[in-house]
Amino acid sequence: MVIWIILLLMTAAAVMAVLWPLSRHRAFSAQQLDPDMQFYREQIAEIERDRERGVLLDSEAEAAKAEAGRRLLRATGMTSDTFAALGEPALRRRRAASTLALSMIPIMALVIYGAYGSPHLMANPPQRQAEQPGSNLDLMTAVSQIEAHLAKHPEDGRGWEVVAPVYFRMGRLDDAVKAYETAIRYLGPGAERLSSYGETLVLANDGLVSSKAQAVFEQAVQLDASAFKARYYLAVAAEQDGQPEKAKQAYAALLASSPEGAPWANAIKQRLASLGVEQPVAGQQNAPQIGAEDIARMVSGLAERLETQGGSPEEWARLIRSYTVLGQRDKAVATAARARQVLAQDDAGLKTIDAMTRELKLTDAGP
Amino acid sequence: MIVEAGHFALALALGLSLIQFIVPLWGARANDPVLMSVGPVTALAVFVCIAFSFLALTVAYVTSDFSVANVVANSHSTKPLIYKISGVWGNHEGSMLLWVLILALFGSVVALSRNSIPMRLQANTLAVQAAVTIAFLLFMLLTSNPFTRIIPAPIEGQDLNPLLQDPGLAIHPPLLYIGYVGFSISFAFACAALIDGRIDAVWARIVRPWTLGAWAFLTLGIAMGSYWAYYELGWGGWWFWDPVENASLMPWLAGTALLHSTVVMEKRDALKVWTILLAILTFSLSLLGTFLVRSGVLTSVHSFAVDPERGTFILAILILFIGGSLALFAWRAPMLKQGGLFAPVSREGALVLNNLFLSTACATVLIGTLYPLALEVVTGEKISVGEPFFNLTFIPLVLPLLLLLPLGQTLAWKRGNFLGSAQRLYAVFGISLVTTVALFAFYYGGPVAAPLGIGLGVYLVLGSFNEIVTRSWSKGTPFAVARRKAANLPRSTWGTVLAHAGVGLTVIGIAATAWGVEGLATVKPGERLKAGDYEARLERVIPRTEANFREDVAVFTIYLQGHEVGTLESMKRLYVTRGMPTTEAGIMTVGLGQVYVSLGEPQADGSVGVRLYYKPLVLLIWIGSVIMALGGGVSLTDRRLRIGAPVRAKTSAAAPVPAE
Repeated sequence: MVIWIILLLMTAAAVMAVLWPLSRHRAFSAQQLDPDMQFYREQIAEIERDRERGVLLDSEAEAAKAEAGRRLLRATGMTSDTFAALGEPALRRRRAASTLALSMIPIMALVIYGAYGSPHLMANPPQRQAEQPGSNLDLMTAVSQIEAHLAKHPEDGRGWEVVAPVYFRMGRLDDAVKAYETAIRYLGPGAERLSSYGETLVLANDGLVSSKAQAVFEQAVQLDASAFKARYYLAVAAEQDGQPEKAKQAYAALLASSPEGAPWANAIKQRLASLGVEQPVAGQQNAPQIGAEDIARMVSGLAERLETQGGSPEEWARLIRSYTVLGQRDKAVATAARARQVLAQDDAGLKTIDAMTRELKLTDAGP
Repeated sequence: MIVEAGHFALALALGLSLIQFIVPLWGARANDPVLMSVGPVTALAVFVCIAFSFLALTVAYVTSDFSVANVVANSHSTKPLIYKISGVWGNHEGSMLLWVLILALFGSVVALSRNSIPMRLQANTLAVQAAVTIAFLLFMLLTSNPFTRIIPAPIEGQDLNPLLQDPGLAIHPPLLYIGYVGFSISFAFACAALIDGRIDAVWARIVRPWTLGAWAFLTLGIAMGSYWAYYELGWGGWWFWDPVENASLMPWLAGTALLHSTVVMEKRDALKVWTILLAILTFSLSLLGTFLVRSGVLTSVHSFAVDPERGTFILAILILFIGGSLALFAWRAPMLKQGGLFAPVSREGALVLNNLFLSTACATVLIGTLYPLALEVVTGEKISVGEPFFNLTFIPLVLPLLLLLPLGQTLAWKRGNFLGSAQRLYAVFGISLVTTVALFAFYYGGPVAAPLGIGLGVYLVLGSFNEIVTRSWSKGTPFAVARRKAANLPRSTWGTVLAHAGVGLTVIGIAATAWGVEGLATVKPGERLKAGDYEARLERVIPRTEANFREDVAVFTIYLQGHEVGTLESMKRLYVTRGMPTTEAGIMTVGLGQVYVSLGEPQADGSVGVRLYYKPLVLLIWIGSVIMALGGGVSLTDRRLRIGAPVRAKTSAAAPVPAE
């Protein structure tokens, strides 16, 4: 809020700066309106002073004065333009100029700033390093201590695993890649470790998912089918390999299996949007156009599994959300009722389901 | 918070610039002083907005606010404070902000000099200036926004390019930009004169300080850049005919020509059309330089922004302004009234000759810079146009210019006497010749270019001061009188003399490089390396760790003909964050010459490759440039309103000039 007030004040000040000269009556000095004659008069006076100082000879000064005089005459002949500061046309011009200033300055500023600025960051300023002076230095000391330790005990996979993400966030990507490789060598591959390693490879390669990185992600998914980061980068790889359909399906699947408000959801939505997929907004009735079959297939798969094998409250909640996202509100309500039956013994589970139905505003139709 | 406010201020500046463009132009057409008076106020407001924006970015750098993408990409929390501040313009986006800031600063100075500039000229000038500001603000906001945020913010930045972590970064770009942007004011004045269809000595009088100031700063900027490259790149050279260097040399040459033609216009009301054209071309060459450096067409330490989108945008700006102003020129120039006439042999004639040589030299540099690029685009063939080309084309053009320089300075306005002028230079010519012959004899067998070049330099320095002597002293004049007369000479004369003497010093410095010696060897601690009379002994190599780099320091003892003259340190650094090595040359100044040691790769057996140079009189290259700029500054303090007085033949005979 404060930011908008500040921006408003800045805009007002800028507009006032333009309106001020338009609004006042001011006498314009003859010199300003016609400085040429002034220039030559001063020039003649200057020549006279030079002669007195002995810099110019009498004969030179005479010639110079004659020339300046000739130019003065010419300048006098030329300034016949009269200035038009008064009268009806001048008033109309002032009004038009004021309107222009009043409209153009705020509009330009808001359009440009609106398109490129980040005013929302004002309300929730990101955590700033500057606010905790020394924290970076502490980190530096910690890093150098770990480095010293690893120099002595290079077989300590844990140490490498700890230092790798720090390198990553410091932008020392090549060091991070080496650290992850060493950690994997000593600790063995794990889905999480492999995913982070692959992500570092991608960033070190300017965002390109190389075949090496792709192999790493595939290995991660083999180890844990739900490894989110790995699945995301595999989708990016498909996109980069020119397989938009495959990428779309993968993204849609990822989105469907993500909890609402997941930090990466926006990134995925952007990827999908760039692939030409319109995103359904939760609670609205517009069904997705492309990729809907895939999502529907996934959702029905989940429903079947929950019905036959049961599942956690979170999975039930996800199914309820999926139906809402697909615009199948009645099914969502039915699923909520079914979940309450199944989870009747589980108080925490019931709470989860209640929270979800409230969030999706399914309660009014609920039992 | 302040980052967003700074971003918004930049957007506001764009809106204000639009007003500054439209309203004063309209006012000038309608002859309405109220509308015209909007120009100055708006120009000031634009400056306040951009200055605030710049301050906001600086705060982000100083506090290491890594939510700003630009700070992440070019800063690091362990970087020393001075590089945090200079790092603001050590990158593409920030340097564009500095560019616009200086543009707005100059605009507000034009706005504040209310009583010395005719109102219509001021209104039109501010409008043209606003057009340039709009183009560059749009460029920044749309393609190179310094205020882009990244969320979540990384905890550490990627550090500044190590080559730029140097005090030179605090000095070189601001000086250079003041030069480039100063020429935009001359350009704006030229366009304003064309729009109004009126141009006279008053115009020249108003424009001259701007041109002079811009030229002085550009001179300093180029000299500083050259010295920086000399000590930082570790190649021991001071000028490489690199396209980026040429990009700054071209506006300098055109600006030098402009400076001289403005004198003719101010004094004699002549060369109007040519002066206007030069003002347009000078700024166009500045823009071309910006395009070459920023578009990714060239690769060098200056090419921060290798981005085709930005290149296209700058190309559009280039076409708009160069094409637009030249079209305006073609349309309005024939309507301008021609001024005073003069004989071929006269001060004016000499200045025309100066302009011809300078603009031709500028054209050869342009060809040498653009031809390889064009060839690569058309045929894909890469050729390198380097020193040999410029030695063959540029130097033959500059030599006659330098030889004629002292002569032109002594010629009278309107009608000159060539023989009379030459006579006054007999003594100067004699001394230079003796110097050359003496040096030639002393260094017999050495390079011929050095004595010849030094002779030329001596001729230039003495020829410049000869002007003071002939104007204040004649046979029989008591010294005190002569001194008073000399002190009474206009500042512009002193400025001219200093600037021309500076050229002479630079020429001496350049010529003396022919005597430079070089030694190259791989040495172990305790071993020696020889270059001419100088010897360097590697004492030890010690590792050292600083906040953001590690370095190997090689300590050398320097001997001159066997006697120890001092020690120096040369470094090989590795900047950790970027993993980038740099060479810090060790330099010891001996008189006006320098001993220069640069390290190569360290070998496995503890030895290290070392280059040792001795460069006699090398400092004169930069001292001369600084004196040139100083001359510009002295001339700038001359408040006299001058006029070219035609001197009749019989009066010149009575003038107290001949100094045989």
